[in-house]
Amino acid sequence: MNELLLSILRASVIHTGYTLVCVSIGFVIGVTLGVGLSRLPTLSQYLIPLLSILNTVPGIVFIGMLVILIGMTPATVIIALSIYAMFPVLKNTVTGLNGVDQQYKEAARGCGMNHYQRLRQVELPLAMPTIIGGLRLSTVYTVSWAVLAAMIGQGGLGDFVYKGVSSNNNALILQGAVPAAILALALGGLVDLLQKRVVPQGLRKGGAGK
Amino acid sequence: MLRFDHVSLTYGSQQILNNISFEIQEGQFAVFIGPSGCGKTTTLKMVNRLIQPDSGHIYLNGQDIAGVDRYELRRHTGYVIQQIGLFPNMTVAQNICVVPKLLKWPKEQCDQIVRDLLDMVELPYDQYAHKYPGEMSGGQQQRIGILRALAASPPVVLMDEPFSALDPMTRRSLQLEVKTLQQKLNKTIIFVTHDMEEALDLADVIIFMNQGEIVQIAPPEEMLENPATDQIREFLGRHQSGPDPAGLTVDQFMRTGIITVKENRGINECVSRMQHHNVDTLLVVDEQRRYQGTVSIADIRLTGHVVKTIAPLVRCTTPAVHIGDNAKECFEQLISSGFPYLVVLKEDETVAGIVTKTSMASAMAEQLWG
Repeated sequence: MNELLLSILRASVIHTGYTLVCVSIGFVIGVTLGVGLSRLPTLSQYLIPLLSILNTVPGIVFIGMLVILIGMTPATVIIALSIYAMFPVLKNTVTGLNGVDQQYKEAARGCGMNHYQRLRQVELPLAMPTIIGGLRLSTVYTVSWAVLAAMIGQGGLGDFVYKGVSSNNNALILQGAVPAAILALALGGLVDLLQKRVVPQGLRKGGAGK
Repeated sequence: MLRFDHVSLTYGSQQILNNISFEIQEGQFAVFIGPSGCGKTTTLKMVNRLIQPDSGHIYLNGQDIAGVDRYELRRHTGYVIQQIGLFPNMTVAQNICVVPKLLKWPKEQCDQIVRDLLDMVELPYDQYAHKYPGEMSGGQQQRIGILRALAASPPVVLMDEPFSALDPMTRRSLQLEVKTLQQKLNKTIIFVTHDMEEALDLADVIIFMNQGEIVQIAPPEEMLENPATDQIREFLGRHQSGPDPAGLTVDQFMRTGIITVKENRGINECVSRMQHHNVDTLLVVDEQRRYQGTVSIADIRLTGHVVKTIAPLVRCTTPAVHIGDNAKECFEQLISSGFPYLVVLKEDETVAGIVTKTSMASAMAEQLWG
């Protein structure tokens, strides 16, 4: 019994590790690209639909392609999951920044802020609720996608699921699925805590901004 | 102070501004007005280079602004917009200090600015400085919007229809506040509006635009007197001239329900009646209610103890006029006589009402503003 718990714990730690690393990488790239794309409306007009199509490629297919390219390594998992984790953040960053009310952009320009100051002091804080919404989505998704790591022998809670599916053992499937669900809930809660910290106070009550 | 020199702007095939030239003196309150799409907001936004002209030059204090760094230029030009645009993620104090902070002024100085400015519009620092814009009414927000524009004490403040989204009461009090601030701080204000009443109230000079061109530049009085085109006359509308004042009669402005007393009544009754109605003078009438004169508390106090009725104390110096008399002549009589009011009588010499300086003032106000 102890052995079982230990193996679940070990798998959970690996699973959490994958999730945190990939979401972090995905978040940084997503926000950076999102800021870039929001500055280049013409480019984003073509690039966003293209990325949305990419987003619909099933994870299994994508990991399969990466395995052909770089082999069955943890890097394969991290690259694939990071890219998937990036999509919701990227999309929400662009949506959030584009959704900042014209009056605030105009006022910021009129006050004499340069591009960077406008972004840093006005647009990013106002887009923050939407961006964090994307982070939450990306975190929860990544927990479930990280199950795929087991497919190429890189561990995580997916191990139990795959073994359970192939041996038709429901208990084994649950050993992977239940901790994964708990993990998703817990990390989602963590993002909610983060949200409270980074969303500007003035946006929380009254809801004056968007 | 501010000079536009043959400024033009075209979007595609559309001529937005057509060869505009004008000059605004330091300390002037200049109001741009005209139908929508006339180019007034575009002109305003050229002053802080939010919009660039295709040709022509704009000089601020003799310096061509095309040669000034646009961020620096904007930091030294106040800007107030219709939508207010206070940053909802910042407190009132932070909003006010946006520009001083961009200019990297020391923190103590920024704090002092917030205190001074809030003080000036009578919003207590302790109560408001740490509020967020979302917690305030539209009128209060726009007050802060104006303070934000003034924070780095720019010589020129641009205001783009700052009050048109506010309710009439708030708008009125903010207009007065802005005018007072402008005179106190000696700012040059460039103000855009589509409301002629606002323009007439605030402006030192009104600049009327239509289809990208300036139609008339004139002080409000001159524009009222000599509108250059029919369109301006239409804009001035009811502000220009009301119904002919010559036809107005005095009874249209008199106060009715005046307290009278009969001349054979005793001193005590008279005094208690004055007390009851809270007045210091009563109109005295005879048995047929015909007007006889006035009796004042001062006379009663002086000689009231030696007489029984008020008859000996009645004075008939207060001028009397009749219903149907010309209002203007009556007002002139009121002013030249030095009395606080005129008595208005009906044809049978009974009292109809009185005309005070207050009723005169409100009558004149009605004529002026409708």
